[in-house]
Amino acid sequence: MNGDMSVIISGFGGQGALFAGILLCHAAVIEGKHTTWFPAYGAEMRGGAVNCSVNISDSDVPSPIIDEADAVIALNDASQEKFEHKVKAGGFMIINSSLSHLKTKRTDINYIKIPLNELAQKLSKQPAFVNVIALGAFLEKTKILKIESVKEVMKEMAKTVSAKKAALLPNNLESIDFGASIIRQQMVTV
Amino acid sequence: METLVYKRPESLLKDGHFTFCPGCGHGVVLRIIAELLDEFNLQKDTIAISSVGCSIFLEKFFNLDVAGASHGRSPCVATGVKRCKPDKFVFTYQGDGDAATIGFNETIHTACRGEHITTIMINNTNFGMTGGQASATTLVGQVTTTTPAGRKAELTGYPLHAAEIISKCDGTAYSARVAITSTKNIMQAKKAIKKAFEAQINGLGYGFVEVLAACPTNWHMTPVESVEHIDNVIETVHPLGVFKDITAQENK
Amino acid sequence: MAKVLVKGNEAIAQAAINAGCQCYFGYPITPQSEIGEYMGKHMPELGRVFITAESELASINMVIGAGTTGTKAMTSSSSCGIALMQEALSAMCCAEVPGVIISVMRGGPGLGNIAPAQGDYFQALKGGGNGDYKIIVLSPSTVQEAIDLTYRAFHLALKYRNPVMLLADGVLGQMMEPADFGEYPYKDPDVTQWALDGANNRPARNIVSLHMPEGEMEMLTNRIFKKYEEVAKNETTYEDYLLSDAKLVLTAFGSVGRVAKAAVKRARDNGMKVGLFRPVTLFPFPDKDLHDVAKKADMILDLELNKGQMLLDVRSAVFGACPVEFYGRPAGGLLTPDMIYNKITELYSKLENTQKTEAGVR
Repeated sequence: MNGDMSVIISGFGGQGALFAGILLCHAAVIEGKHTTWFPAYGAEMRGGAVNCSVNISDSDVPSPIIDEADAVIALNDASQEKFEHKVKAGGFMIINSSLSHLKTKRTDINYIKIPLNELAQKLSKQPAFVNVIALGAFLEKTKILKIESVKEVMKEMAKTVSAKKAALLPNNLESIDFGASIIRQQMVTV
Repeated sequence: METLVYKRPESLLKDGHFTFCPGCGHGVVLRIIAELLDEFNLQKDTIAISSVGCSIFLEKFFNLDVAGASHGRSPCVATGVKRCKPDKFVFTYQGDGDAATIGFNETIHTACRGEHITTIMINNTNFGMTGGQASATTLVGQVTTTTPAGRKAELTGYPLHAAEIISKCDGTAYSARVAITSTKNIMQAKKAIKKAFEAQINGLGYGFVEVLAACPTNWHMTPVESVEHIDNVIETVHPLGVFKDITAQENK
Repeated sequence: MAKVLVKGNEAIAQAAINAGCQCYFGYPITPQSEIGEYMGKHMPELGRVFITAESELASINMVIGAGTTGTKAMTSSSSCGIALMQEALSAMCCAEVPGVIISVMRGGPGLGNIAPAQGDYFQALKGGGNGDYKIIVLSPSTVQEAIDLTYRAFHLALKYRNPVMLLADGVLGQMMEPADFGEYPYKDPDVTQWALDGANNRPARNIVSLHMPEGEMEMLTNRIFKKYEEVAKNETTYEDYLLSDAKLVLTAFGSVGRVAKAAVKRARDNGMKVGLFRPVTLFPFPDKDLHDVAKKADMILDLELNKGQMLLDVRSAVFGACPVEFYGRPAGGLLTPDMIYNKITELYSKLENTQKTEAGVR
C-alpha cells in the first residue's frame, strides 16, 4: 500500500459511519498527511443511509469525490449493495455480516466479513462501537495510519464533549484495538 | 424684551421645505418628530430610517443622518443600525403601505424581538405615492384606484389593525393610534410619539405609533373634508387609543 | 499556526469572526445551516450580534443597517434564500453599502434539492436585482481558500463599499479538510468619512438608493461603474494550473475546479497536454487572461455543475480564439474525476485527429 488511500464508509444513521471518517481524518492531520472528508448529507441523515468519502494522501488531494475507492466499509446490507461496485479492482470491502447476508458479487476484490454487531455486543454490552471496531480492522489491514493516532484523536475529543460521551472513551479505545486484533489474529477470513 | 415663541427645530434642515400635497398629514408628523428630537437633545445622535412611499424623502427635510430602506424593510435596517450603535437613537418612518402591508412581517418580528427602536407609521388607508391604490388598512367600502367600486370584504378581506396587533407582541413597550385632526389631537399625538421615543431612550423595548393622516389628493376630498372623514369614518374602524404602555402600571 | 481539520461551512464562519465580523444575520437553510449554528454559539460569547431573522429579506436588510454604520456584517444562505436577497443587493450597490453574503449553492430551480450544485452563477453574477450593478463574487475551491476568501470578502466590501459574495457550493460547505486560519491579513480603510453615526458637528449624511432628480441616477451609475473598473484592475484573480503548454484548457470554478485538477493530473500522467484555468474572482471575471490562454490553446472545455452558466463569460472572454465545449450536470449531479477524465480523453483524441487530418491535407 502506498501513501494514498481512499475509503468510503457507509451505514445507516446512528451507526457512526460519518464519525469513523472524521476520526480517520483527524488522525491523518496528526500524522501530517493531506486528507478530505465528504459526506452524503441532508435528508439522508435522518435514519436512512449515510456515507462519507475519505481521502488520505502524502500529497495534495484535489478531488474529495471518489470514483473508485481502495476500500469500502459497509456497516449494513444496503451499504454493501450500494458501494460494492465502487471498490477498485484489487481493493477490499469490510462487510458487517451481522446485518448483511447478501451474496458477494465480485471476484476481483477481497471481502472481509466481520459480525460487527455480535462482537460489539460481546465486547462492550452494546452495539454502539461497530464503526470503531471496523475502523480498527481497516487500519490493521491497510496500515495507512497508526492506531495510536486515532486513539490520540479519541482522547482529545473526550476532553471537549459531554461527560456522558467522554465516559465512552475506554470502550472506544478497547474497540479499536479489538478491531485490529480481528485482522491480526485472523479471526475472520480475509 | 423679546420672547421666543416659535423656532424652527434644529432637527429640520434650515433650507428644507416639505413637498407634500395640501392637507397632507406628513408635514405635521415630521414637525412633531423634529420638535421631540430637539427636546430630547437627540439631533446629533439620531439615525433615521426612511421607507418607500411619501415617507421616503427624510433626508430632504431632516437635519439627521438617514439610511434608506427598500419596501417594508425599514425595521430590519433599523435593527442592523441599532445593534451596531446601541447608544444612538434610531427610528423608522413608514406608511401603511410599507409598514402594514409589504413589511408587516418585519414590523411584527421587530416588535417580538423587542428591538429598541421606534416606528412611526402614517396610516392614510391607501398607497399615497403610487396614486391611491388600496392597502392593507383600506376600509371596507373605501373607493381607491384598485377598488373603484369600494373595497369588498368578500373579495379583498378586511382592514388590518396595526397598532392593536403590535400591542400583542411581548417585545412591544408602547403601541398607540393617534390622529392629527385637531390641535387637541395633535397634542395627543405628540404625547404618544414622546412616549414611544422614551420607550427606546429608557431601553424598554419597541415603540410603535400609528398616526391617522389625511390624503386629500387620493381621497378626492378637500383638506377640511379629509379631516372630518378621519374623525367621522376612519376612527370608527381604526379607533384612537393607547393599546400598550408598559410604563402605565408604574404610573398608577 | 497549525493546520486544523475543519468543515467548509464552519471554516467560513470562523474566518468571518477572525475578520472582525461584528454582526451575523441569517435564516436557516441547508446546506449552509452550520454557519448560522456556529455563529449562534460564538458571536454572543464574543459580545457580538447574532440574529436569526424572520426571512432572508430581513437578514440582508439587517446587513444593510449594519453596513450603513460602517460595521462589518454578514449573512449566509443558499439558492432560494439568496433569491430573496436580490432587491437588497441591488440597493446596496446603488447606496454603496458594504456587506458580505455567503452563498452555498444547492440544487435548483425551485426548492430543488439540497445536493451540491452551481446553478446560481447567474444569480450571483448576472443578478436578479434591478438595474445596472455588480457585486464582487469570490469562488473558493478548497477549505483553505474559503478561509482566505472570506477574509478578502470583508476587506473588499469595505474597500469598495459594495456587497461581496462568497459563492461556495454544497461540496465545499459540507466537506472537511485541514486548513490554517492564520490571521486576518488586511488593513481596512477608515469608514468615519461616510458611515452614519449621528450628525454630530458635521452636516447630516444619508445613504439611500432613490435618486429622482434628472440625470442624478445616470451620474451615480456611471460613477459606480468606474469603481467596478478599478475593482477589475486591482482584484482579478485566477488559478493557472499547467496552462503554459496546454492544448486543451479546462475552465471550472469552485469545487469543480479541484475535481478537474485531479483529472488534469491524470491526463498529464498519460501524456496529454491539459491545463486548468480556474477563476477565483467571478466578478471581476479574468476575461483578458482567459483570452490570452485561449489564443494559445486548441480548445476550451468548460465544466460546471449546471447547464452552462459561466460558459457565457468563458465564451465572451475567448471571443472566438478557439472552440469552447461544455460539460456539466445540473441540479445536484456531481462531476467526478473519472467523468472529467473521460471527457478530456474524448476531446483530446478529436483534437489530435483533426490535427492529423489537417496535416494530411497540407
